[in-house]
Amino acid sequence: MTRNILEVNNLSVEVSGRIVLKDVNLKIPEGEVHVLFGPNGSGKSTLLMTIMGFPAYKILSGEIIFKGRDVTNLPINERANLGINIAFQNPPTIRGVKLREIIEHWTSSMMEVENLLKKVNFSPELLDREINLGFSGGEIKKSEILQIMAQKGDFLMIDESDSGVDVENLKIIGNAINDMLRGRSGLIITHHGHILRFVNAHAAYVILQGTIVCSGSPTKILTQILTEGYGWCYKCPMRRIEKRKMKRNR
Amino acid sequence: MPDEKNREEKNEEKPLEDLGVSGLSRKPRKWQTCTPSSLPEVIIKRAYEVGVVSEDSRAATYFQIDHSVLSRAVQKAFQGQLEVMSTKEAMKKYDWSKKYWWNLINKDMDQFTRLAYTKWDHGYFIRILEDQKVTLPLQSCFFVFTDYLNQNVHNVIIAEPGSEAQIITGCTVHPNIRGGLHVGVSEFYIKEGAKLTFTMIHAWNRNFNSHPRSAALIEDDAVFVSNYLLFQPVRNLQTYPTAYCKGANSRVEFNNIIYGSGDSHIDVGSKVILQNSGARGEIITRALATDNAKIYARGLLQGEHEESKAHLECRGLLLSDNAMIYTVPELLAKAQGADLSHEAAVGKIAEEEICYLMSRGFSEKEATSLIVRGFMDVSIFGLPRNLEENIKRIISITAERAL
Repeated sequence: MTRNILEVNNLSVEVSGRIVLKDVNLKIPEGEVHVLFGPNGSGKSTLLMTIMGFPAYKILSGEIIFKGRDVTNLPINERANLGINIAFQNPPTIRGVKLREIIEHWTSSMMEVENLLKKVNFSPELLDREINLGFSGGEIKKSEILQIMAQKGDFLMIDESDSGVDVENLKIIGNAINDMLRGRSGLIITHHGHILRFVNAHAAYVILQGTIVCSGSPTKILTQILTEGYGWCYKCPMRRIEKRKMKRNR
Repeated sequence: MPDEKNREEKNEEKPLEDLGVSGLSRKPRKWQTCTPSSLPEVIIKRAYEVGVVSEDSRAATYFQIDHSVLSRAVQKAFQGQLEVMSTKEAMKKYDWSKKYWWNLINKDMDQFTRLAYTKWDHGYFIRILEDQKVTLPLQSCFFVFTDYLNQNVHNVIIAEPGSEAQIITGCTVHPNIRGGLHVGVSEFYIKEGAKLTFTMIHAWNRNFNSHPRSAALIEDDAVFVSNYLLFQPVRNLQTYPTAYCKGANSRVEFNNIIYGSGDSHIDVGSKVILQNSGARGEIITRALATDNAKIYARGLLQGEHEESKAHLECRGLLLSDNAMIYTVPELLAKAQGADLSHEAAVGKIAEEEICYLMSRGFSEKEATSLIVRGFMDVSIFGLPRNLEENIKRIISITAERAL
């Protein structure tokens, strides 16, 4: 039987005094890629940041189990070194620290670095620039993918790597992510689903107001959202069933 | 001329006693002439920390301990390109050299200049001869060996027309000394078409006082790059070098990296005076304060010609709630069309940046270290490669100590 690489159990999270995630439950089996859909501000990125361990995302209740180990209270770097890696949607600019310092931390030869650069068609000159300083939107997305490719984790969280990139770069990023996810597990956030043209996802969830309201086939859910919008999700009978379940659990 | 400008110096007049430097020794032991590499290991090690290395890898070496000049040697391959000697020797040897003494700095500017004038303990005279491009850096070291010593040096540096050179000056103390005072007066003359890169690295100790007084006169098409680096605690350090861009298309760059730790009180500024057409100036300061250190980072750009331009950038990073950084950028336009600008930012390391690096597998300490090293990165200064590597090595040692 396939074991779960990640389990999120009854997770509730507060950010700056506001409850953003409520009783979230999620199980991702090893080797599977799952997708998170949801309108802006629904809590998708919060879930990823909480799984990564960012201290601004305060866990009120629940637990995060990675490879059978409770990582709920582990520092970010320990989770990263266990194999949880993230490509951020809006990474910060870090003055003085060059992208090369991160890439070389995780690679063992120049040839390996060159191969990674080729996969995302990334200019080697950008390695000697301060992280994200003066990078274009596409360069930021590629830099994030490049970094998690170098990290070689087992579980990859990808937050909107397909938004704001042109058609050619989307193809490059999509192929790189697909290549990277081969034999690995992942959780992907996508708004328009462009990335799903390149990645074979096994399951999808819709998150509304901090709660996962339905799950199912990624293509079916995406088609429904693209034709009906998230307004449909609020009316969805699945959501009512989910709400009743939550009440019972309390 | 420049004397009047220097009188505006922001240094308050205080008797030496009030600065806690009374009762200092003026009678250290005399050191014999020798090659610096034959000195005791403790001296070599400290000198190395301020960029002073084996004399073989430098075009020339000047080494002074306390009041004694130990070495002033020019390597064979560079003889005929430059001259290095003590300023007292130069005064005797070249009568013409007198016009370069106390010309850019008024000897009555403050108590420290008066001290250097009345109690003068050598210093170096460096002259790069006309059109000579010196490919290896020159180095000098002022070393304080005697406890509670007062060392007053006066340096004169002349880059003759069309010449090019890099000078590294390291000033430091024996690890066991408990206090003292170093006053360094430096006058730079960068003549037509010459280029001089001058890097001063200081490593004092927590009870030591240092008051450098420097000024540079830059002629037509000449370039003066002044890098100042301070990495160790000091009791009181105050300096405010002035560059007079007197020539057409003259250019000056001041790059300062200040790391304040312990109870250091550091007041470092740079002043650029643009006096001719096409004169350009830039001041870049990185100030990093930890423990109880107080850093005042000043900068003044004075535009006296309509076709002049200068920019000042100061960034401060606080690593402790008890530390303080006070930036004082000043712009003074005296001619229409003078283009002067500044930007300053002071803050602590953003948690978001630490968390980002931690998500890349670095511990909190490693992430902080990466950011601190990056903050003191000298690659933005565009220094010659060998000099840059030397400084990076020193920064690496400092970052390790800081964290």
